[in-house]
Amino acid sequence: MERLNPQSRRDAYGSKINRDHSPVLVYGVPWLSILLGSMTPLLPIIAPAPVVPPFALMIMLAWRVLRPGLLPLWAGFPLGLFDDLFSGQPFGSAILLFSLTLIALELIDLRFPWRVFWQDWLTSALIIAIYLVAAALLSGTPVGLLHASVILPQLLLSIALFPIFTRMVALLDRLRLLRVRRLG
Amino acid sequence: MAPPAHRSGSNKRAQLGLFAGYVIAGTGALIGAALLMISLWRPETFQGLRSMASDLTAPAGQAGAAGRVESRSIFEAIAGYYDAGSRNAELEREIAVARVRLAEAEALEQENERLKAVLELASGDAETVTTARLIGSTSSSTRRFAYLSAGSAEGVKVGMPVTSPMGLVGRVLETGASSSRVLLLTDQESMVPVRRASDDVIAFAEGRADGSLRLRLINLGINPLEEGDVFVTSGAGGLFRPGIAVAVVTEITEDGGIAQLLSNPAATDIVIVEPIWQERVLQAMQEPVLADPSAD
Repeated sequence: MERLNPQSRRDAYGSKINRDHSPVLVYGVPWLSILLGSMTPLLPIIAPAPVVPPFALMIMLAWRVLRPGLLPLWAGFPLGLFDDLFSGQPFGSAILLFSLTLIALELIDLRFPWRVFWQDWLTSALIIAIYLVAAALLSGTPVGLLHASVILPQLLLSIALFPIFTRMVALLDRLRLLRVRRLG
Repeated sequence: MAPPAHRSGSNKRAQLGLFAGYVIAGTGALIGAALLMISLWRPETFQGLRSMASDLTAPAGQAGAAGRVESRSIFEAIAGYYDAGSRNAELEREIAVARVRLAEAEALEQENERLKAVLELASGDAETVTTARLIGSTSSSTRRFAYLSAGSAEGVKVGMPVTSPMGLVGRVLETGASSSRVLLLTDQESMVPVRRASDDVIAFAEGRADGSLRLRLINLGINPLEEGDVFVTSGAGGLFRPGIAVAVVTEITEDGGIAQLLSNPAATDIVIVEPIWQERVLQAMQEPVLADPSAD
């Protein structure tokens, strides 16, 4: 068999003989990537206005689009809690918004089981828009028309970047499913 | 295309599991809402958790901040390539203006020293609690906080002004052991008493979330502001020492103006934490007026 096709016992994730996925990678990579997304406030970007997209939410959405069953429904609580430690929002806002996001996506999943990418993009764009507006409303500062001019560039940037995020998450997914565990 | 993930069908156990998932997620959302209400009501409630997290992650941020010495911010660096020519001309014009201003400032300084000598005031430079780096900011939230690489171990206390050589940056809001959180001037909760550098037109500088400040004049009437007016801290309130540069007016409104920060935090690497200017006055103001003498 190997002589006919050397790739016959391999797939995109490595050798299929004597190797299996590592549970640490399989479950660790998605969580870790979202947690790292939460830590963007520690990047050396000192912005006088909010310009950076909400990375953690976007990475979470991208994982949800790629692997619908991977994150448990309750993942919004721990992920949001970690995000709140760094985001500067009042504590609890990301817990609430992340949890609601995952529940909403689950309901959308039930209603429209088969989707193409642009539908996922549209859904995610809507969710990011709602998230940014809600986060501004919950930020504990008076809300005015000014907020619109502040949020809009951030929103457009986030929506435009979303396909790139799904690509990066797809790369991470290949890392996640590498067959690195030796059996026997 | 997403395949149908988990159809429970007639499997009772799977249905129950799905239902339990919704219940747990819903509970999580409710807890989040409760925590949110608590922290909107009392913003300092979860300070300990946040400081611990930023203490733990500060070393990583600090390493990143060291690389930011030259660059301003990502977007400005990229934009810089596009308008280098016009910016060069603009800068030359600004330098010409600045030379004139510098001469004026020197004259003012001389006059200042003379007046101080008359009043027998000690001049002396500003004291310094510590110097530190800004290691990051809440760049995706509408709140404007920055993280500072010094904490209570270096003597940083809540309320201390944070300045850079260009001017005022903000004030310390929460302190951890080795890191602290700074409320930037552009946050909407930030309000600084300022006066015009050239005379005594006093105003409040309020943060606008988009990176500029709103100047609200205290004495209403004919708006005396002009574009290009520089505002410095007035010292009122006792938190900031007077004379720290804050902002320059770029737009006139009915009750004041819109001003741009002089010390753009994006271009600030090393900042100075200064002591609270009139700590005793502040403490006296915070104590209840009719203190119960038996309480001591």
